[in-house]
Amino acid sequence: MFPPVLVLAAVAGGTALGAASLASARWPYRSPGAAILLWQALGLSWGLAAVGALAALGAVPGRHGVAGGALSGAARAIRSAALGFGPPALIATARLAVLAASAALFALLVWVLLAASAAVLVARRRHRILLSLLAHGDPKVPGALVVDHPAAAAYCVPGLRSKIVISAGTLDLLDSAELAAVLAHERAHLRARHDLVLLPFSALGRAFPRARLVRQAHATVALLVEMLADDQALRQRPARELATALLRVGASGAGLAPTGALAATGTAAAGTADAEVTARVARLLTPQARLPRHVQALVCCAAALLVAVPVTLLLFSF
Amino acid sequence: MDVLWDSTDPLTVRQVGLRLTNRDLAHTTVMTVLDRLAKKGFARRQRNGRAWHYQAAANREAYVTELMLHALDQTGDRSAALASFARRVSDSEAEVLRRALESIGELPRD
Repeated sequence: MFPPVLVLAAVAGGTALGAASLASARWPYRSPGAAILLWQALGLSWGLAAVGALAALGAVPGRHGVAGGALSGAARAIRSAALGFGPPALIATARLAVLAASAALFALLVWVLLAASAAVLVARRRHRILLSLLAHGDPKVPGALVVDHPAAAAYCVPGLRSKIVISAGTLDLLDSAELAAVLAHERAHLRARHDLVLLPFSALGRAFPRARLVRQAHATVALLVEMLADDQALRQRPARELATALLRVGASGAGLAPTGALAATGTAAAGTADAEVTARVARLLTPQARLPRHVQALVCCAAALLVAVPVTLLLFSF
Repeated sequence: MDVLWDSTDPLTVRQVGLRLTNRDLAHTTVMTVLDRLAKKGFARRQRNGRAWHYQAAANREAYVTELMLHALDQTGDRSAALASFARRVSDSEAEVLRRALESIGELPRD
């Protein structure tokens, strides 16, 4: 049997490699839902395996898996440091160091997620207050709020009291069929709480802004979530309406850049926006068959396995 | 808030209440709303004699701009706070999209 530390390290490395290849794969466009599940599993599995591999380095073998072993390892190292017996000081120090690194990584990941959630809640709260002061209803877009601004914007504010917002610019730009397609798309986001899917990836992106893989993962999942909402909208509206709405909104030009904020987002962001809108439109105009059922099932099994392996090693010994 | 934006001078609670002619609101209701707006930083107030005078902290356009900057994700960080329908594309890409639009027989109407 392989020692847990090797398996966990292999899982951590493997998930990173897997994420890199999934980011450039094209099959996820055909079944975005299954691909998103795989992304979530990759992220969770990577986090558990990375924390677990460090913990396994400092763990003593025991009956309660890596987590239990790490705790008794820490206890033993502290006892030997305090009382002066047990394993030699060098080993105790090394053991404490890797266990501390493991705990720090775990705390960092949890903290990043909490901080991002808090930031999102604050931003949405402010946005909702502004909307309550500035926005009004409009019979052209039932159930949505309208903000009087010439730039084209259509978005939703997720949450318990979710809102769909359309700018006056968008009302002018799109015909009623296209507006209905946009509303269907946004309602799909709100119904399925796609924002919660995106949150961990956005949080990781904030925590590691320089990591290319993390940025790629975030951008890819964001695109897949849009495709998922597109697919939902297609159940109610024809693809053509959604595609022309996307083209019009995307091509509506930079109508709003009072402080040079548009330039500040950088060319890289503009590049990904180009690729995203193009990919979505291409997908709507020349639809591809969904992945066969058994392939989707296989993807789901792979996702379950990815999470099950590190969890099992953390909790149980063999 | 619309009343404060439409007025150039600071207004008392009574004056705000009088201008809200379409709604029959109690004096205390108006006072509570103005108090909350002041606490959230949307209105500034100063004591003038015995009454508080309220004034909008910034004009409507400033708030609309803030709202739209946030909405169009031009604040730099692409957080998960809002979900936009389509992101703004570069000029060259916009041209490509316009041509695609024409090719599927949906000419832009402008």
